[in-house]
Amino acid sequence: MAEVIRIKKGLDIKLKGKVAVDGYDREAALPELFSVCPDDFHGVKPKVVVNEGDRVKVGSVLFFDKNNPDVKFVSPASGEVVSVNRGERRKLLNVLIKSDGSFESEPFTKADPKDLSAEEVRGLLLNGGFWPFIKQRPYDVVANPNDKPKAIFISGFDSAPLAPNYDFTLDGMKNELQLGVNALAKLTDGKVHIGIHKDNASKVFKEVRGAEVHVFDGPHPAGNVGVQIHHIDPINKGEVVWVVNPHDVVAIGKAFSKGVISFERPVVLVGSEVIKPLYYKSYFGASISNMVKGNVKEGANVRYISGNPLTGKQIAADGFVGAYDSQVTVLPEGDHYEFLGWIMPRLAKFSVSKSYLSWLMGGSKEYALDTNINGGERAFIMSGEYDKVFPMDILPEFLVKAILSKNIEEMENLGIYEVAPEDFALCEFVCTSKIETQKIVREGLDYLRKELA
Amino acid sequence: MKALRNFLDKVKPNFEEGGKLSMFRSVFDGFETFLFVPNTTAKRGTHIHDCIDSKRVMSMVVIALIPALLFGMYNVGYQHFLVNGILEGSSFFDLFLYGAACVLPKVVVSYAVGLGIEFIVAQFKKEEIQEGFLVSGMLIPLIVPVDCPLWILGVATAFAVIFAKEVFGGTGMNVFNVAVVTRAFLFFAYPKSMSGDSVWVSKDAVCGLGGGTVVDSFTGATPLGQAAVAQGDVVMTNAVGDPISTVDMLIGLIPGSIGETSKIAIAIGAVILLVTGVASWKTMFSVFVGGALTALLFNSIGTTPIMNISWYDHLLLGGFAFGAVFMATDPVTSARTEIGKYIFGFCVGMFTIFIRVLNPGYPEGMMLAILLMNVFAPFIDYWVVQANINRRKNRAKNNAFKNINA
Repeated sequence: MAEVIRIKKGLDIKLKGKVAVDGYDREAALPELFSVCPDDFHGVKPKVVVNEGDRVKVGSVLFFDKNNPDVKFVSPASGEVVSVNRGERRKLLNVLIKSDGSFESEPFTKADPKDLSAEEVRGLLLNGGFWPFIKQRPYDVVANPNDKPKAIFISGFDSAPLAPNYDFTLDGMKNELQLGVNALAKLTDGKVHIGIHKDNASKVFKEVRGAEVHVFDGPHPAGNVGVQIHHIDPINKGEVVWVVNPHDVVAIGKAFSKGVISFERPVVLVGSEVIKPLYYKSYFGASISNMVKGNVKEGANVRYISGNPLTGKQIAADGFVGAYDSQVTVLPEGDHYEFLGWIMPRLAKFSVSKSYLSWLMGGSKEYALDTNINGGERAFIMSGEYDKVFPMDILPEFLVKAILSKNIEEMENLGIYEVAPEDFALCEFVCTSKIETQKIVREGLDYLRKELA
Repeated sequence: MKALRNFLDKVKPNFEEGGKLSMFRSVFDGFETFLFVPNTTAKRGTHIHDCIDSKRVMSMVVIALIPALLFGMYNVGYQHFLVNGILEGSSFFDLFLYGAACVLPKVVVSYAVGLGIEFIVAQFKKEEIQEGFLVSGMLIPLIVPVDCPLWILGVATAFAVIFAKEVFGGTGMNVFNVAVVTRAFLFFAYPKSMSGDSVWVSKDAVCGLGGGTVVDSFTGATPLGQAAVAQGDVVMTNAVGDPISTVDMLIGLIPGSIGETSKIAIAIGAVILLVTGVASWKTMFSVFVGGALTALLFNSIGTTPIMNISWYDHLLLGGFAFGAVFMATDPVTSARTEIGKYIFGFCVGMFTIFIRVLNPGYPEGMMLAILLMNVFAPFIDYWVVQANINRRKNRAKNNAFKNINA
């Protein structure tokens, strides 16, 4: 076993509503409505190729990227295109599909990617609609198929609050994972790296051949692939690496092993407002109605989030699972006033600051946090807050300031190519001044990408 | 609470844009957010937030200042009763009430002037009121001599808030610590009210409290002031000429600025700041280390009386401890990098002793040392950031080298 990479900085936020016993809700109905939303895939300019009423199969192209016509975005279900929704200035909002329940698939070549050429693998992934699930660093956008990445990274654990347990969701997927890794290995001259956590069994990852496994230890964000890249083989200016979520690696592997396209993935429904947190068999873009029906506290004022509470996206009660998400979180909405809250002991609230008493409550107490930001936005006041939850050799506050001042040279110097917005999620959580660091970093990356294009 | 909330909701539209009372929007907003944490929810990004906010941070500092404030009040009374020779037969409450009558007006003036300006600026900029002055407003009365006239205090506070803070963009943007600027303004603009031997002890009756005639042996100079001008061996005395020891300086029943005399009260504040993590222990600790080492250095030279003061007496004299605990640790104006905090703190301590020992004209080196280092804090951070940048550049270079050889 390789040596353990210890992540010291970070924070595990213990929230109420985690899965008590790993298991699927087998009685839940299959989702009926699916939505493929271009905004899920950052940096894509969509061009729609389907019309209302068209019949589609799993893997049928719905739209492609105008900047990169090879990158196709496909249907996760078979059925009928219900509507193509556009917003202001005809911006494509989503393509809505009503599933016929059969999940009939477009054809896919059954083969071991090992025996195929890099070009063949690339073509299959592009045509099968798997390409959008390969993301690149820098910029945290869908990978450009014409790039040769120096390495490909897979994070083998999710350390975010209430995240799914990959030991459970990937159990028995050894073969599919292996084929998926074989396919990815064809796309790089470098290595395929997998990061696993010391305390997890990570059985399937340990058995994979053709990938280098690295063991991490420590709190969130140790599971963020950006943190793992930083500690394994950091990105320097001009370099490109790709990252893929394990569930998508398995989906790729499944296509190669069975010759059919399927975007089935486990999605965990969690959060303090969920009656019985459980796993569901779901799909990217699938409606969450079937999951939340009868399983969310009745009458409660709640917020649905696709993804985890730190980086997820707010969705409606009948919203859809985000393209990269394996988690739906339901939290209490925090749109209420709190009398003199800032001077109260606030025993039910959580803070890393020792000015509240949560540090005396022990590490195992779980909190039901709501969505109130607990204060007002201010200029930077406290220093060193971000550093405590940012386990990279990067000065987060200075990088954020460089982005705010749109100083490209300074951004490059301070390591913007290594980060994604999600790496700043904990900074945003702990920030006394309530600064929206994830939004700032996103805008910084977009600005840089545009200026340097 | 519900009734109060309903009342606020009812009157709120009057204060919003276009309402009858919209000219008081910032005031209403300030009181509303003071009474109730707003109902703002996260719209994007992180959906949950730590329950810390700037009100909490600032109020922790104010709480940490309360022991020094209370002791300061008592000590003002004690000094007065001592020099008027009426200590015998006076109760604790006589002393404390007298001190409170002297000190509270200063607190009121400082807050009224500073917060008034903050409200106007917030109204003008259409922003939420910022809490920074909650701390500055408490610090200012604690770092002035008791005899400082209220109007001078008001002028100095207004100067500092406008020219040291608002012109830079408000709380979080200021280069200099607002309270220290206030004191520096007083020191240079009204030296007679800020230094010398007569301002440190209140000699007249206040609100009918205290009174009497000053005893013959009265010497109003602070121990630090005495040390600065000493010839031969330094013998420090209290306000009636009795010699004092290190322990007296620790307890703090000596003349000096209102909040700075009791090191025990300051230590309680320091514990609150460090336990709650509001102040950086790195800065605070480094100030003391810098001061102690510099004092030891001067001990080894030892050519003037003040050079021979022991390192621990130096740390207890004057405003050293108060400045180290409450003002050098201001996160906005001190270094913001972790390594920078050690350097910043060390230099503050070092320059304080330098100024004290080498320039007897300004015995209170702390104020000038903090101002000086406020200027250099961005420079210290610049070098720490540059080191990080160089590490990244070297990494890229080594990597390119590795690839060529591979």
